[in-house]
Amino acid sequence: MTVTLPVSADPAALTETPKDIGRWRRLPTKAKAGTVLLGVFVLAAIIGPQVTPYDPSYQNPSPGLSLLAPNAAHLLGTTQSGQDVLSQLLVGIRLTLELAVIVGAVATALSVIVGVSAAFLGGFWDDVLSLASNVFLVIPALPLLILLLGYLPQKGQTATIIVLSVLGWPWGARVIRAQTLAIRNRDFIAASRETGERTWRIITFEIIPNEVSLIAASFVNTVLYAIGASVALAFIGLADLNSWSLGTMLYWAQSQQALQLGAWWWFAPPGLAVALIGTALVLLNTGMDELGNPRLRDASKVAKIGGRRLHPADPTPVLQAAAPRGALAGFLHSFSRRSLLEERGASGPQAGIAQPGGER
Amino acid sequence: MPFIIRRLVFYLVAAWVALTANFFIPRAMPGNAVQDIMSKFPNLQPSAYKALEAMLGVGHPGSIWHQYWSYLDDVFHFNFGTDVTEYPARVSTLLFETIPWTLTLVGSATIIAFVLGTGLGIVAGWRHGGWLDRVLPGLMFFQAIPYFFLALILLEVLAISLHIFPLGQGYAGGLVPGWHWAFIGSAIYHSLLPAFTIVITSVAGWMLQMRNVMITTIGEDYVLAGQAKGLPNHRVVFTYAARNALLPQLQGFGLALGFVVSGAIVMEIVFSYPGIGLLLLNAVTSNDFPLMQAIFLVITFTVLLANLIVDLVIVFVDPRARTREAAR
Repeated sequence: MTVTLPVSADPAALTETPKDIGRWRRLPTKAKAGTVLLGVFVLAAIIGPQVTPYDPSYQNPSPGLSLLAPNAAHLLGTTQSGQDVLSQLLVGIRLTLELAVIVGAVATALSVIVGVSAAFLGGFWDDVLSLASNVFLVIPALPLLILLLGYLPQKGQTATIIVLSVLGWPWGARVIRAQTLAIRNRDFIAASRETGERTWRIITFEIIPNEVSLIAASFVNTVLYAIGASVALAFIGLADLNSWSLGTMLYWAQSQQALQLGAWWWFAPPGLAVALIGTALVLLNTGMDELGNPRLRDASKVAKIGGRRLHPADPTPVLQAAAPRGALAGFLHSFSRRSLLEERGASGPQAGIAQPGGER
Repeated sequence: MPFIIRRLVFYLVAAWVALTANFFIPRAMPGNAVQDIMSKFPNLQPSAYKALEAMLGVGHPGSIWHQYWSYLDDVFHFNFGTDVTEYPARVSTLLFETIPWTLTLVGSATIIAFVLGTGLGIVAGWRHGGWLDRVLPGLMFFQAIPYFFLALILLEVLAISLHIFPLGQGYAGGLVPGWHWAFIGSAIYHSLLPAFTIVITSVAGWMLQMRNVMITTIGEDYVLAGQAKGLPNHRVVFTYAARNALLPQLQGFGLALGFVVSGAIVMEIVFSYPGIGLLLLNAVTSNDFPLMQAIFLVITFTVLLANLIVDLVIVFVDPRARTREAAR
């Protein structure tokens, strides 16, 4: 019986010299994929508007240029009025990401202020602030956003940013309040209070640095919410329809019947861009979750010994002779981790004792 | 206070906040909504003008308290005023025509997605690292897609190119709505694609959450104890691990409902489904403020009611909820 001990998950990781590259390698795969994907879009947003081949609003009067399929001159084709889809996309990514990041920053700042002050003030104010955030969590956001924007005479970028920020803080506030309550009672806070530090100093230098990961996750979530909501609002027509964002692109594609005309190059790029940015953010968030909770990590992070998958958190497996099972019981048993061990391990008695290793 | 009464009070507060916001938004916004409406619909009667002024608080229709009380009184009697687009029609009539469509479609699709996602999450969490667990990042893509975009794609492929499903609408043209098989069959056929869109976009979220809680729960000592006792696996999975892992899932269900409803509103627009989302779009594009306000209230109250039902289920599933002191 040969048991090959896994030396390291990746031999190159050991020989790599710079420290931060080693740290990057050890990030969960999902976080890495999310960062790379998001990086591509951020890059597109930064340099995109400078390199657009055409003016996105320029309507080419020549009828031959209407609804062109992707070609060398127009890499993503043209719209019905002869506008270049690629130029619109590059400007649209910029506008949408810009809006989402501003909303994310403002709403996260609001949620930190509300969450920390609720936890610190305690008593009556805590009750009021928690109740407010719970109420705004339970009221569906989109109809309220539609109502607010519907009444505004100017539905520009600024109006959307304000409205989305005003409604985007409750989830973060709730999470940050809970975390602040937990940290508040730790010894190091009591110690700094004993040394006579003022409350605002404790909050800014002791509490908030300990919540950075939580605040970052809340920021990512808020950005995700802002993208989804702003695109949906623009799709309904509640936006400045003369500007180019991913949402207004979809609005024009839908209202000018891109689907019925078979012009997939018109509505697919903005939709895919939204979906990919969203996926990147979800991956990033899940990856950050896994960084904090190693149990959630996927199977690639788990030791494989003799072809069997073992998790660091597993108890030392003890094998038993497989008893004959009925069909249903057998099916249900096949869900279990033990069945995995039995498949391979039943041949030799010492095969059952294995130490998961290789995790650094 | 028992858990369920606390929750009831909370939902009453939430309902009151929604009602009050609905009352103050038209009064706080710049611009003159009544003028906008009147310029768009020149055929409105002067009586409608008066009613709109009273409803939106333009002009001087009495003190703000007086307005507020008469507004609350109207809402309690389902009196949302007269619609301006389809002028003599009452807003409440329009609502009663569209609500059943949305409720049936979104309600059943959401429940299917929840049950399916939770079930898959149990399997993915139990077989942590198995194939189901590994396709999860792929499913996240579907979670991140805006509902309406997936709807557009499915419509393009399944309805326009392959002609498997109808192009939209709630039922085939020419049929008279009623309780007969031709109509019901057609309605079900037309709802399949929209329902599928909702299920496929929301199932990944439920699955991911259930998987994560499952994995954490499986690490608990009582699950190990159950295994050590030699209990059959299905008992350990469902009675020991899944039942406990279900609680955060249920609590999340109530909060996620708002997102599901929001997505479904926009999705209806793509399918021209005769539900409340399409009605809302028409209200928005034609500045039909009374209808917009009524729809906001109806959606909010439905979500609150669904949350209350979820809380009742939590009390049923979790014995601790019946005795818990502070349940925030």
